[in-house]
Amino acid sequence: MRRKIFPYLLLIPTYLVIVFFIYAPAFDALYNSFFRVSVFGRRKIFVGFQNYLSLFTDKDYLYAVNFTLVYTGVTVVVSIFLSFFLALLLDQKVPGSRIYRTLIFAPYAVSHAVAGALWGFLLNPVVGHVNYLMRIFFGIQTHWLTTTPYAAYSLIFASVWKTLPFNIIFYLAALQSIPTEVLEASIIDGASSWKRVWKIIFPLVSPITFYLVIMSIISATFQSFAIIDVMTKGGPGIYTTNLVYKLFLDGFRFQKIGLASAQNVILFIVMMVITIIYFSYGQRRVHYQ
Amino acid sequence: MRKSTKRIIKTIVFEILLITSSLLMFAPILLAIIMSIQPPEFVFSYPPRFLPRGLFLQNYLEAFKIVPFARMIFNSALISIFITLGKLVTGSLSGYAYANFVFRGSKISFYVLFATLFIPAEIVLIVPLFRIVSRFGWTNTYWAMTVPFLASATNTFLMQQHFKTIPKDFEDAAKIDGATPMQYFTKILLPLSRPIIAGAAIINFTYAWNMYLWPMIVAMEDRMKTVQVAINMIMNAESSNNWGIIMAATVVALLPTLILFFALQDLFVKSLVGSGVKG
Repeated sequence: MRRKIFPYLLLIPTYLVIVFFIYAPAFDALYNSFFRVSVFGRRKIFVGFQNYLSLFTDKDYLYAVNFTLVYTGVTVVVSIFLSFFLALLLDQKVPGSRIYRTLIFAPYAVSHAVAGALWGFLLNPVVGHVNYLMRIFFGIQTHWLTTTPYAAYSLIFASVWKTLPFNIIFYLAALQSIPTEVLEASIIDGASSWKRVWKIIFPLVSPITFYLVIMSIISATFQSFAIIDVMTKGGPGIYTTNLVYKLFLDGFRFQKIGLASAQNVILFIVMMVITIIYFSYGQRRVHYQ
Repeated sequence: MRKSTKRIIKTIVFEILLITSSLLMFAPILLAIIMSIQPPEFVFSYPPRFLPRGLFLQNYLEAFKIVPFARMIFNSALISIFITLGKLVTGSLSGYAYANFVFRGSKISFYVLFATLFIPAEIVLIVPLFRIVSRFGWTNTYWAMTVPFLASATNTFLMQQHFKTIPKDFEDAAKIDGATPMQYFTKILLPLSRPIIAGAAIINFTYAWNMYLWPMIVAMEDRMKTVQVAINMIMNAESSNNWGIIMAATVVALLPTLILFFALQDLFVKSLVGSGVKG
């Protein structure tokens, strides 16, 4: 008998946390998304789908959806390609590769808030080094964080820099697990270096690419809050307000609980869809070795 | 002859590309460290300077004056250590259940848990999570900053995967010797899992140390805030934009995890790739 309940006891601590702090909030958000919570009366008025309707007719929200797609899309594409090339470079057996690896991986250890602060400094119009180099080499002289479209570029610099090492680490591991016979065979067949990269290596690591695209989407959409808050605060105007920043403003600055709950439900559904895609499509392909 | 010249040229090209990219990737961190130990004349010189001259620690002292920085460092450390320990305990217990036991409902509960694998609840569900935590009366406390993060599907998954690789013979032998399942777990399974536990520990610590949005929202008083939040506070307080001070705060926020990473890079990389999942 004791033996029978033992595994359940082992699960209790984990499930307490998951139920109270993930599933309960998810249901709380769903429930509250159907109400309007008045600030003073502490009254709840059932409004049905009104919160969702007002979200999708809200110009600012639709803008945030659009900005999130662009910001995440650009960050993910740039980060995936750059990290693949840097991983190819790091995979070469040349002297000093261990030091290069350490330096290139380093941003993995720092936070998104730190990434925001570092790039806010580098792009500062008075003291920033990158700002200076941009002026010298490209003739760009601007207030990076406070003008369009440079504010968006600034965020993308910071988030690409921050997400690169994670992707490189995985690509490098994938490259190192490709059997050398495969590459040797292609050399004998006379495939040129470029062709080998695109026709043989890139398809071979595609399961890792799939995994990294998912992780980068999550990172660029959700974790980038800190970068935005430190660098642009969603501005100028609402120019760099993404979905999470908008949620933060509505939920905590303006205290629109019903509206914010509806946004939370939408974000949660987006996350669930991503998770389902990963498990149904990726799981079969990721373990290719 | 021609082949070896080609090889040398190739190596040189790779070296140049590698040196350039490592410098570019590391430059932001390096410049922050340099600026944090330089006086304002250096920081504000135009064109910007790269090579440091002397040591100027006033920036750090200033940062400690603007915000209760010592307390914030303590908060960050305390929160990160508790979250790390919690995740290791809950993760290894539930991982043990899924790896070594057959029980009713194991499959369905597994799915319930793994649906949450990628969900950073402190961001995706921030408004309702905040409501629940305030209903518990936890705002402005360490409870709010630790308890919701004491378990994660990632850690369960990682430990379960690892426990599965340990030969069943150990368990059978322990059973014959009269060991209870708990004794087998603490005396044999955990000691055999030291490397994976160490790997999970540093990844969990890094994640916890680097949290931003959640601590910012649940800690209203300055003395409950964390170093990550302090960066932004100092940035907003320094109307003169004294970047030396801001960079000093940034360096304090990044140094612990960076040192951890430099010291244990191989372990970091191995467990990150091994887990196949983040955070």
